[in-house]
Amino acid sequence: MPPSWSILDFEKPIAELDDQIARIKQLTAEQGEDRSDEIAALEADRDRLIREIFDNLTPWDKTLLARHPKRPYTLDYVRTIFDDYTELHGDRLFADDHAMIGGIATLDNRQVMFVGQQKGRDLKDRQYRNFGSARPEGYRKALRLAKTAAKFARPVIFFVDTPAADVSVGSEERGISEAIARNMMELSVLEAPVVVVVIGEGGSGGAIGIGVGDRILMQEHAIYSVIPPEGCAAIIWRDPTKGKEAADALKLTAQAALELGIIDAIIPEPLGGAHRNMDVAAQSVKTAIVGALDELEKIPIPKLLDKRYAKFRNMGAFAEGGT
Amino acid sequence: MTPAPWFGRKAKSARRTARQSVDALPDGLWTKCPTCGEILFNKELEKNLRVCNKCGYHYRLSATERLGMLVDDGTFVEMDADVRSADPLGFPDYGAQLAKFRERSGLTDAIVTGTCEIGGIPAVIGVMDFAFWGGSMGGAVGEKVVRAMEYAIETKLPVVMVIASGGIRVNEGLPGLMQMAKTSAACAKLHQAKIPYIVVLTDPSMAGVLASYGSLGDFLISEPGLLMGLTADRVAAQAQVIHVPDNFRRAEFALEHGQVDRIATRRELKSTLVKLLEFCCGTQEEEDAA
Repeated sequence: MPPSWSILDFEKPIAELDDQIARIKQLTAEQGEDRSDEIAALEADRDRLIREIFDNLTPWDKTLLARHPKRPYTLDYVRTIFDDYTELHGDRLFADDHAMIGGIATLDNRQVMFVGQQKGRDLKDRQYRNFGSARPEGYRKALRLAKTAAKFARPVIFFVDTPAADVSVGSEERGISEAIARNMMELSVLEAPVVVVVIGEGGSGGAIGIGVGDRILMQEHAIYSVIPPEGCAAIIWRDPTKGKEAADALKLTAQAALELGIIDAIIPEPLGGAHRNMDVAAQSVKTAIVGALDELEKIPIPKLLDKRYAKFRNMGAFAEGGT
Repeated sequence: MTPAPWFGRKAKSARRTARQSVDALPDGLWTKCPTCGEILFNKELEKNLRVCNKCGYHYRLSATERLGMLVDDGTFVEMDADVRSADPLGFPDYGAQLAKFRERSGLTDAIVTGTCEIGGIPAVIGVMDFAFWGGSMGGAVGEKVVRAMEYAIETKLPVVMVIASGGIRVNEGLPGLMQMAKTSAACAKLHQAKIPYIVVLTDPSMAGVLASYGSLGDFLISEPGLLMGLTADRVAAQAQVIHVPDNFRRAEFALEHGQVDRIATRRELKSTLVKLLEFCCGTQEEEDAA
């Protein structure tokens, strides 16, 4: 059984069944008894249970899933999705940001520029990746690579997975706000197809700094929010423990984002979430990206840019005229 | 060691007495400066453009006061006055809160946009008002900013945006966040059309507004002492950001780190704007010579 910190509360009954199945399988192997019927029945039970639990996930459950300690991160997908990936480093101004990685990659028979936010798995790795919070250097590296791609008429793929942009003294000194603002401005007129995939946490300005493109896709259990639910609770109710209520109010799920017209499509995840079957999850992400690029590459660049402007121009709600 | 005299119970009670004595003054005549404690006669304060004459503290201004100081008398014509916030998420209590801020401020939302003349130069201007829900940007603010910029492109007028904002209005959720991308995309169009764009940062200039159209001007002018940064203190405290320099996220910090072109006091602000606008749009002498 995996360590308890890597199982969410609502996953516990599933983990128990997993455990039971694993034990029977082990016994089968050791004693040579055929108990495949029993195993099949238990697996069917388990899948039914997962379906039942996952059909009733709250926005807060989704938040926990998006932050799941076992959830695949950007580099996990890179290994599966691309046939070849050559990392490129640095913003040419100050540093190389380990929370934002990028490089040239081969996607089937396409050459693409890939940029994504990277979280760390263990304590050391998390610190190295700054918990997935990119600094100004990260955003500037992302823009540099995107512009290089456009120069050579290659598409750009962004993977979003960040709790928020870094807000340390150093990041403020080096203009984190300007870096995010400039990225959105320049990406809105970047002369190349751009596909954005939110694979985990779409954390506010940290996400939208690489979130401007022609197609915005979200994995089924990813979240995208103006503010983390705990932060929202702290601001609105002055109580950071009301994250659950805030998650409901913020409508931060992929399903809500699609209904609100902010994203273009939801990428399905394997039963029980991406972490239960990484390969299947990666395959779905790949299919979605290839599908999006197939469509986008047919559109001439000027028309693509008009559509991109119109897409963001029309976002948001307001009222006008009579009261 | 005996404690310094400004600590302790005695000093505290002395401060309380001072405060009570201010409170005891007749309403509407006097204001106490929040930084240096100077008692300011309101009429003097108005004459001094709402800047403390002792320490130079710049009071926050309403959009109306700001327009009165920046644009030529009688030249402001408001546009899109009826663009109001909607409630994209059905956020608890949002409608009631909006109504409260509308009533309190007399504004429809956190920005006023329109056309005007500044030193005789026609321009499109947007002025945010911190008193309307902390100058937060939602769909209405985003739409008004973009319309103002699009109008400027059509009419080839320069754009001046006066920022006073705590960031995105979180009650509008993801559609609210997208106003950052929407306004930044409009800035790209401005620059492509070679339209001059001047940003005036005032207290406070924060988060999603600073990290979008608030940082994308050809020129960034800031009032002294203002607070600007990606996150507000309350949020930072939660993220356990500690050990900060004294002027952290102040205008002077931003100037020191190369993030604004100039700090201009309120008294210099209009003349600075005129100089910049003349640089972009041409001076009277150039026009006469042509």
